[in-house]
Amino acid sequence: MPALAGSLALVASHPTSVRVAPDPNNAGLKLPAGFGALVAAETGGKARHIAVTPQGVIYVKLNKVKDGKGILELHSQPNGKATMTGGFGDYGGTGMYEKNGYLYASSDHAVYRYKLDGKGEVTAPTKPELLVRGLKVGSQHESKSIVLDNADNLYVNIGAYANACQEQDRTRGSKGIPNCPILDSAGGIWQFKANQLNQRYPDGTRYATGLRNVVGLDWNPQDNQLFVMQHGRDQLHDNWPELYGEKESAALPAECLYALTKGSNAGWPYIYYDQQKKELMKGPEYGGDGKTPSTADYLKPAAAYPGHMAPDGLLFYTGTMFPAKYRNGAFIAFHGSWNRAPEPQAGYFVVFQPFKNGKPDGQWEVFADNFAGSAAKAASGRADHRPCGLAQGPDGSLYVSDDQKGTIYRIVYNAKK
Amino acid sequence: MALAGGALSLHAQHRPTPAAKAKAPTKADPAMAASITRGAVVYKNVCITCHMADGGGVPNMNPPLIKTEYVLGDKARLAHIVLAGLAEPIEIDGNDYKQHMPAQNYLTDQQVADVLTYVRNKFGNKASAVQVAEVKAVRATLPK
Ligand code: HEC
Repeated sequence: MPALAGSLALVASHPTSVRVAPDPNNAGLKLPAGFGALVAAETGGKARHIAVTPQGVIYVKLNKVKDGKGILELHSQPNGKATMTGGFGDYGGTGMYEKNGYLYASSDHAVYRYKLDGKGEVTAPTKPELLVRGLKVGSQHESKSIVLDNADNLYVNIGAYANACQEQDRTRGSKGIPNCPILDSAGGIWQFKANQLNQRYPDGTRYATGLRNVVGLDWNPQDNQLFVMQHGRDQLHDNWPELYGEKESAALPAECLYALTKGSNAGWPYIYYDQQKKELMKGPEYGGDGKTPSTADYLKPAAAYPGHMAPDGLLFYTGTMFPAKYRNGAFIAFHGSWNRAPEPQAGYFVVFQPFKNGKPDGQWEVFADNFAGSAAKAASGRADHRPCGLAQGPDGSLYVSDDQKGTIYRIVYNAKK
Repeated sequence: MALAGGALSLHAQHRPTPAAKAKAPTKADPAMAASITRGAVVYKNVCITCHMADGGGVPNMNPPLIKTEYVLGDKARLAHIVLAGLAEPIEIDGNDYKQHMPAQNYLTDQQVADVLTYVRNKFGNKASAVQVAEVKAVRATLPK
């Protein structure tokens, strides 16, 4: 690492001495009063999840290796802009998480960790420790997002490689396979040890099942519980046109926030959650008709959001920079929909979900909007930027990554308190 | 342009309905124009959900239908994609597409010919019409 980068990190580690100025146009974002945003960096890569160390070093996981690098390292300057200072990791992927002096990263079939030094820098970039390998990867929902609890456990999402476990995936009228075989090795959250090398499926536990695909997940420090955002199923109308209209199919099912405990079963592919009826519904692949609620005992969502908006990032905010109402609440990055056509597409924003005592409390609201660039670009799905990963800086700034153009945003609160 | 306009107005004299007059002046082939019109409906009902209204697809999920070698190339291969689906990873403009395309074999030969003729002449594409007989021939090669 160059000496310069080290001294910059030192500056960033004293957040009170740093005056971070938002861009004049707030990086193109629409924010609540008192907030500002800046483009911290343009990485030009498919920036998935991000992590910021206590020293302020920013790590960005790229979905696809760029110039030989799958992880980028950035250092903040006093004005808040970040400079690319290095990169490593010859694999694409999504997962990026920092905890207790280690940086954790995932490819689509493995999880690695890297030791961090006192400056928050990776000590051996070319020699990661392989924690977990051999994870199932199909041709959809490949990403493995990761988070740790406070007891050295690592949680890994293994997405179901199907829409609704049909005999023929995404095919009109195709029935669901009984006892969906995908659930043996995917469609859930697996728990592994955060400090044990070379683990495979038998070394881990299927912590929660019946989750189609989770990208955004975080450990809630308030009630010590894992929260995940599920990507709900697609194509109710396409595959079951006699049961669902286009408008219904654009709105349903909900994108759900779940509070998990060991053994939770959220019911995919047998059910979906209808946020309008506020009921778990039998899936059409398994005998449902769009009207019949499920009587089975599956986990109910802790909160529900409109369909297909693709929640890719979840973060519990614990900082003090933002006003008190945000503390211990959740930010959710909605990557934006594709499965609403011919209805307008939706999402492409970061939502705030208030929490109280570790549970969602009150109505969610759009916090950071206009990643798409305009309402028309959001409606057509041709967004300029698509929010994906979320991380909190040591000063309480909120970082948001964009996997469309690779922009790293930094959102700050500037109003006098 | 003048030539095309002349040909069209000549044609309009034979079928002087207001609908025929309203047709775009560049569509000199009435059978193809009708196929494109029908194909637009199939596209909206079936393909739009994945390939989107502008044919641009969804990054890293569903590929674009804009001037790709599949759309503009061999018509039998193209009809095969719709009838039998596609399961081969492809890369277009730096984006990887690994998801499989499901077979749409419940569509009639006419619907497949129409939607492909539409796609080959929409989204900036320009290519010959796909005929019903060409689709029928591909379907005959597929397991029942
Ligand atoms: C469920 C989503 C879905 C639907 C519906 C769908 N496609 Fe596709 N299509 C895909 C995917 C995914 C691929 C890439 C498959 C692969 O790489 O194996 C693809 C590939 C293609 C390709 C070849 C690649 C290219 O971009 O040129 C063509 C042509 C195509 N589709 C046309 C159509 C047409 C026409 C329809 C409607 C009749 C249709 N598709 C319906 C998802 C879909």
